[in-house]
Amino acid sequence: MNFGKQLKEGLVTNNPVLVQLIGMCPTMATSTSLTNGIGMGLSATAVLICSNIVISLLRKIIPNKVRIAAYITIIAGFVTMVDLLLQAFIPSLSESLGLFIPLIVVNCIILGRAESCASKTPVLPSAVDGLCMGLGFTFTLCVLSIVRELLGAGTIGGGLITVFSQPATIMILPAGGFLTLGCVIAVMQKILQKGE
Amino acid sequence: MTQVLSIALGAILINNFIFSQFLGCCPFFGVSKKIDTAVGMGMAVTFVMGLASIVTWLIQTFVLNPLGLGFMQTVAFILVIATLVQFVEMFLMKAMPSLYQALGVFLPLITTNCAVLGVALQNIQNGYNFIESVVYGVTGGLGFTLAIVLFASIRERLAASAQTPKCFDGFPIALISASLLCMAFLGFSGMKIW
Repeated sequence: MNFGKQLKEGLVTNNPVLVQLIGMCPTMATSTSLTNGIGMGLSATAVLICSNIVISLLRKIIPNKVRIAAYITIIAGFVTMVDLLLQAFIPSLSESLGLFIPLIVVNCIILGRAESCASKTPVLPSAVDGLCMGLGFTFTLCVLSIVRELLGAGTIGGGLITVFSQPATIMILPAGGFLTLGCVIAVMQKILQKGE
Repeated sequence: MTQVLSIALGAILINNFIFSQFLGCCPFFGVSKKIDTAVGMGMAVTFVMGLASIVTWLIQTFVLNPLGLGFMQTVAFILVIATLVQFVEMFLMKAMPSLYQALGVFLPLITTNCAVLGVALQNIQNGYNFIESVVYGVTGGLGFTLAIVLFASIRERLAASAQTPKCFDGFPIALISASLLCMAFLGFSGMKIW
């Protein structure tokens, strides 16, 4: 097992959003400011690690035919926990992410990793895989939200530093989300092409 | 009546599920390469969203609320939606095999479409009554269909004629055209029916 290699895979060469092109709804919806982006990324990572561990533990017990339903139930359980914890301890974040916390259930990244990794591999590698993929997701969210927040609101770090006072509001509107993600993926493809 | 009308108009144009709420982006990009499949997908999603609104509203009102199980919402809803999609699949296989064939793998994928779970959760959050929930579900699905069909027709033309820089090929250019389409939909924001 090679942690460094897996981390590189999760962050760059097999990044869930930028290369595998899954999990786009939460990526674009919650990357309006850095705090939202990091909050969403870490919540999804937590759910991903926990669900990968449990699914990997149960991989020999769950019958093949109902596996998707079983995975979704396990994931939904962890999402409910994260939702309630956020409501209790970080209410401001829970409020600004709103609907997208319960919607982690239908995030394709989590179900995708359950299906393609956790259902076949032992516990420890699955947990590491969950961590790496989750960090890749968080990293993408950070990049997107820094760009969008800087251009769209003129601030850095959730309003900590004001850079300029007349921002292009379109960047934090949905249109800006599509535009930024398109450009970031294009840059990613450029980098990957050079590496080959 | 005006309330219902404004919900319908809002769900189709002003708060379009894809262009202003980012719900259901995965099928929006995955199934929008051809107009025919886009129409089929839109119809299937509309149907499931309508059904899901009905069933989840009933469950929330008659099961979860009386028993004080509000915190089980996410788990209960996703299970209901998964079962519902399975039933729709079996029904279509028996009753309308041609439509079933045309939709193929997209049918089971509706389970993980966040627009469906999103509409169920929003119905409860906004405190809609039964009729309003159903209207919101169905019109939300119609808004999704409108968006995906428009986008599919753009993509068909893009694939045929556009010349893009190499690194923008494929997905990035699709995202950028979606962004332009989304800006067009911004024109509806601020519209209101009293």
